[in-house]
Amino acid sequence: MKENKKFRIIVLAKQVPDTRNVGKDAMKEDGTVNRAVLPAIYNPEDLNALELALRIKDNNPDVEILVLTMGPPRASEIIRESLYRGADKGFLITDMRFAGSDTLATSYALAMAVKKLMPFDLVLSGRQAIDGDTAQVGPQIAEKLNIPQITYAEEITDINKNEIIVKRRLENGVEKVKSTLPALVTVHSSAPDCRPRNAKLIMKFKHAHTPSEEVQKEYSQILNNRSSLIIEQWSVDDINADTEMLGLSGSPTKVKKIENVVLQHKESKVLTNSDEDIKGLMNKLISSHIIG
Amino acid sequence: MANFYTDNKHLRFQLTHPLMEKIIKLKENNFAEKDKYDFAPIDYKDAIDNYDKVLEILGEISGNILAKNAESVDLEGPSLENNRVRYARGTEENNKALIEAGLLGMSLPRKYNGLNFSIVPYVMSEEIVSRADSGYANIWGLQDCAETIHEFANEEQKQEFLPRFNKGDTAAMILTEPDAGSDLQSVQLKATFDEEKNIWLLNGVKRFITNGDADIGLVLARSEENTSDARGLSLFLFDNKKNDCFQVRRLENKLGIHGSPTCELIFKNAPAQLVGSRRMGLIKYVMSLMNSARLGIGAQSVGLAEAAYREALKYAEEREQFNKTIIEFPAVYEMLTDMEVKINAMRSLLYETARFVDVYKAYTFIMQERKLEPDERKELKYYQRLADIYTPLLKLFSSEWCNDIAYDAIQIFGGTGYMKDFPVERIARDARITSIYEGTTQLQVVAAIKGVTNGSFLKKINEYAEELKGTEYEHYNDVLLKMVRQYEDAVNKVHKAENSELLDFQARRLVEMAGNIIFSYILLLDSIRDKEYEKSARIFIQKAKADNTAKASYIFDFDIELLKDYRK
Repeated sequence: MKENKKFRIIVLAKQVPDTRNVGKDAMKEDGTVNRAVLPAIYNPEDLNALELALRIKDNNPDVEILVLTMGPPRASEIIRESLYRGADKGFLITDMRFAGSDTLATSYALAMAVKKLMPFDLVLSGRQAIDGDTAQVGPQIAEKLNIPQITYAEEITDINKNEIIVKRRLENGVEKVKSTLPALVTVHSSAPDCRPRNAKLIMKFKHAHTPSEEVQKEYSQILNNRSSLIIEQWSVDDINADTEMLGLSGSPTKVKKIENVVLQHKESKVLTNSDEDIKGLMNKLISSHIIG
Repeated sequence: MANFYTDNKHLRFQLTHPLMEKIIKLKENNFAEKDKYDFAPIDYKDAIDNYDKVLEILGEISGNILAKNAESVDLEGPSLENNRVRYARGTEENNKALIEAGLLGMSLPRKYNGLNFSIVPYVMSEEIVSRADSGYANIWGLQDCAETIHEFANEEQKQEFLPRFNKGDTAAMILTEPDAGSDLQSVQLKATFDEEKNIWLLNGVKRFITNGDADIGLVLARSEENTSDARGLSLFLFDNKKNDCFQVRRLENKLGIHGSPTCELIFKNAPAQLVGSRRMGLIKYVMSLMNSARLGIGAQSVGLAEAAYREALKYAEEREQFNKTIIEFPAVYEMLTDMEVKINAMRSLLYETARFVDVYKAYTFIMQERKLEPDERKELKYYQRLADIYTPLLKLFSSEWCNDIAYDAIQIFGGTGYMKDFPVERIARDARITSIYEGTTQLQVVAAIKGVTNGSFLKKINEYAEELKGTEYEHYNDVLLKMVRQYEDAVNKVHKAENSELLDFQARRLVEMAGNIIFSYILLLDSIRDKEYEKSARIFIQKAKADNTAKASYIFDFDIELLKDYRK
């Protein structure tokens, strides 16, 4: 670890609609996600990324973890959720001019924000978010920052101030790779689950807020005396971004068509536990290369 | 993602009881620490919000980790390796999550690394953990030992031991011996003072010790030579991390609560520190510790009952027989509703008792800092007296009822419930111990009968009746006051005989009659705050009236001569 200054890890986290337990009304008629009925949650693989960052910090107090999130004002909750688990500080990038950004525009904005936090040693993020499942943002940020990237990380097996060794979870097994730092690592869901929120931290940081969030008047004086309760909020101008490269104008991705796929009962086949049926299923799984 | 706190609205209802404002103000010393600790509450609302948020973390861990591990922990259990206890894999995982969440040392002051929560949320944590895994709840509930150290140990000992709880050190209360179970006065384990080393040494055997190989042990031992009663016993602190002077000789193979290791311990010149004054071990310190533990068993029983009820309800809603879901049959829905009513009643008594303990404990600690004002002293006495009689009443009813509820839950499952495929059989096995340990039901009667004979229950009942006046439920006073008179007549009938054997014989009936009336009132008082409880109150009162009438009839018809028919 670096001697004079703290080893800086930036965790990129996103607030997403919980698409894991969707009901009938999860999609609107036009095929877009009905965000109003789905609870906003911490993107699961971003939590895995935060856990890997926290583990590095567990073994070395000279590590600082900064969490960066981009989204509407209510995404400040992601910062608080990170602070409850042991992150040191959080930044919310929010601006109406980001609206409609695709992965290219989003990665541009995030890369600009990360640059503002230079010098950093490591950027960690989830492999992909459950609302878009593109897995493009992490790699694009690494390209824009011109640093090495390691995707599908399951474990950081070794890290020092100059190098990182990462175990990657791939389709056919695992792979260990080494990279120089700074680097960007995207984390797979097979990495350890994030630790629970901590009692003392939740009592402290529940009062953390962005400048635009209101604090109860009678608390304001006491809270001002408590350090680190301010969540910094950045606009397009704060991260020195070019408006042309953001939002709809910065997004070449155009959605051509959205299809609503409803799984029909006829697509499923009922199998009994007879030897014949089990054998048939095994053969089918092997022949379609699902297993074997 | 299950959350055993947020999915149970009754918990928040209890947490926001009007008396909580007073309790928190006392506990927080008017929020004096808000400028000293950045996690200390600013006012009452902030403190309740803290309780709520922290219990939400606990509820999440209980629902997602503890409950999921319960089955494997039940199968695997702890093991003995080189005379040391090794927890089941799931138990280790539970410990890790709860330590990481910083939830231990919940009621300890902040200066000892605690959260400075009052008793009510701590008891609630015991209920929540127990619903997930009641065996693990014993390990969790042994934080009671921290309370005892906090109350009676000296400052140096507090500094040494208390901050370790939040970091995850476990504890054990080491009392029982082969020949000293319910009768703790006959404890033999010997404590001798080594003048040279200036330390106490413990020698002897302890049996049935829950979590016996814990990091920190509170040991009851005979420090006074040539004594044989309670006045020769003192309480000692043993640091199992530092010293290696005891062995776990065996682990008991039990019916239930497999996650909780039950140990036989051999002490050989084990160095220990005296807690408080000599000779006060059983009389004062263990009595206090036992009271907290009994409150804990109350919470454990409510948690178990909640778990059993939820399993049974879900199954009854899904299971079809004779072309109907079985919940549609009166025989089944009556069982389920009875369970629900009993759970509402026992939970209400649990937190009523916890609030009484909270107020008097808060004053006890204030008393260590300054002299109490006369009206404060009066309040301390009032709540302490109530806690003393409500604690055994709670332990008695809740442990018996959680067994009834677990029994009925299996009944609703039918043959399926007898198999190991569903958790109800485990819940029933786990429930069985609640009416035995920390004082059997029969011993709770011995403790609670004081409230009958000295009129304390009656006094509190009259206060409840007053509280009900002027509310929409006032009309219930008619039927309840009749029950009160019936109870008084039954008590007088037993008293008149001036025979202690008869009093002992009828004691449980009298205590339960008082209990039935108390439950009726607290359910009505709950209904004033939330109409949700109205139905439970109505059903409970109807059944309580019938039950008390049966008991009264038995007492009135009982001739003292009949005792000989029962004697063996």
